[in-house]
Amino acid sequence: MDQTRRKVLKAGGGASLYALLAAAGMMRPEAALAADWNQKAFEAKNLKDAFDALGAGSRAESADIVMTAPEIAENGAVVPIGAVSKLPGTESIAILIAKNPTALAASFDIPAGTEPGVSTRVKLAETSDVYVLVKAQGKYYVTKKEIKVTIGGCGG
Amino acid sequence: MADPMRIRAVAKDGAVNVKILMSHEMETGQRKDGAGKPIPAHFIQQISATWQGKVVLSANWGTAISKNPFLEFSFKGGKKGERIQVTWTDNKGDKRTDEATIN
Repeated sequence: MDQTRRKVLKAGGGASLYALLAAAGMMRPEAALAADWNQKAFEAKNLKDAFDALGAGSRAESADIVMTAPEIAENGAVVPIGAVSKLPGTESIAILIAKNPTALAASFDIPAGTEPGVSTRVKLAETSDVYVLVKAQGKYYVTKKEIKVTIGGCGG
Repeated sequence: MADPMRIRAVAKDGAVNVKILMSHEMETGQRKDGAGKPIPAHFIQQISATWQGKVVLSANWGTAISKNPFLEFSFKGGKKGERIQVTWTDNKGDKRTDEATIN
């Protein structure tokens, strides 16, 4: 009799713990969403670690990626960057800034039917090489351009 | 709650060009306030655009995106009068969704 009671209590305890965990998960849907956010890549302090965390440890230089960016940015806080891929089967486009405190600026997923090109504005801490990394048909391709900054965009 | 996004979607030659302007501090976590204390990072981490229930663009962002972010892209298939939705989520869990009609 005692044995059964123990078993029931044990099973009950397990179930309620599970329910509690599920409830905790339900209450924070944004935490679940943020799981897709590649923390390791975004917190990488240098270019190599950021490329590695993105799975782009090996990548080929490609002339089929067109980066539109100024040669000289007067204000590093707002630097327009356009990235267009002419590579067939482009799946994602990422922007990396070599000398920023964290190298990875943005990563865009390009579903089928969406044109493989994005434009945005980024911050540059100082004069730096800027990379556009493209994943196409499972392989990584990259192009880079140096942007000179006269006033930095990070720090106080 | 953050201010609404400004979204412009224009159909041309079989594709819809979308321009989005968000209102967000995009604080990097690198800056210090007047008293020398670090200002915590506060930035948009994820953004997605949907058209007729289909995701047409999704992105993950770090702190290097400029304050009041701008984003432009194009997708095929959308027509005048249809609607697109754009949602962003920041690192503090704040969220905002806005809609626009394709012109």
